[in-house]
Amino acid sequence: MALKFVALLLVCQLVGESVVVWTGLPVPGPVVGMALLFVGLALYGRVPEGLGRVVDGLLSHLSLLFVPAGVGVILHIAMLREEWLAVSVALLLSTLLTIVVTGLAMTALIRLVERHQHKES
Amino acid sequence: MELDLPLGDIWVYLSTSPLLHLTLTVVAYLVGDWLFLRSGRKALLNPVLLAILLLVGFLSLTGTSYETYFEGAQFIHFMLGPATVALAIPLYRHLDLIRRLWLPILVSMVTGAVVSVSSAVVVASWLGASRQTLIALAPKSVTAPVAMGITEKVGGLPSLTAALVVLTGVLGAVIGPAVLALVRVRDDRARGLALGVSAHGIGTARAFQISGLAGAFSALAMGLMALASAFVLPAVLRWLFAG
Repeated sequence: MALKFVALLLVCQLVGESVVVWTGLPVPGPVVGMALLFVGLALYGRVPEGLGRVVDGLLSHLSLLFVPAGVGVILHIAMLREEWLAVSVALLLSTLLTIVVTGLAMTALIRLVERHQHKES
Repeated sequence: MELDLPLGDIWVYLSTSPLLHLTLTVVAYLVGDWLFLRSGRKALLNPVLLAILLLVGFLSLTGTSYETYFEGAQFIHFMLGPATVALAIPLYRHLDLIRRLWLPILVSMVTGAVVSVSSAVVVASWLGASRQTLIALAPKSVTAPVAMGITEKVGGLPSLTAALVVLTGVLGAVIGPAVLALVRVRDDRARGLALGVSAHGIGTARAFQISGLAGAFSALAMGLMALASAFVLPAVLRWLFAG
């Protein structure tokens, strides 16, 4: 594993966190770090091969990283027992609606834009 | 000769060391992933969901507190930061496509975000959820660290938000691909965007299993959701739940 690329990710996050503390932006540090790395890549003109490999490794198990936060559900089991109906129906309906609306909107808009670009070229 | 294993002593030592819960988290996820693959990728046997159930069961049985668990699990939780930074790479790889479609992406993302927040709050309050639950529920489609920050700003419970965010992510990853197929959304760019808007990082992990293209659009949707929500949602919630 190329250590310098691990360091690069950490440095981007560190600068991102510092910017957030310094400016009081309401955005989390890692998101600013992502924007910084993105600008860096755009200036550099390509993704260094080693960086690509480190990142693909990290992102291939992205969902593991959410397990500790998810186990936090244990702190709220009493509340969930009381409000389980409201919470589960709201989660299910809202997630379903969001997926359908976003997916259909994007499909329709892509079609619209691509037809337009087709005519222009 | 009798072999007297000091199991009690070993447990006392291990249960206070971060190593035990760090190891258990990785192993629970591997078990979940193994079951998922063995079942022929049945959506309901989502590895994150299985890992959470296994760990919640273990902590309840042994009477371990979440604080003790988190001392070990924090090392994995910490990696969310660098992983978020790393999402710049799939974004950059698909820069050309994203640039050509910036307007559809922006409009679909904003539409999806409004639907996500309003439908969750309306349905839950109609079914009698408490104010604390509503505040924690509103940012459920936003990636965990941002959602927790939003809830904290409005005086809600960040840990409840984190749990609801992860549940939403698992739910989106489980039902997302089937729902999208049902409404005939076949374009990987639209599928990725829908997964990212509704189910943040867990949806993005699922989208990367569909294709790199779907993953990139999902990562973009998740990043945009985080940015937009961080700026807009605290004010909206303060206005909704004032007093």
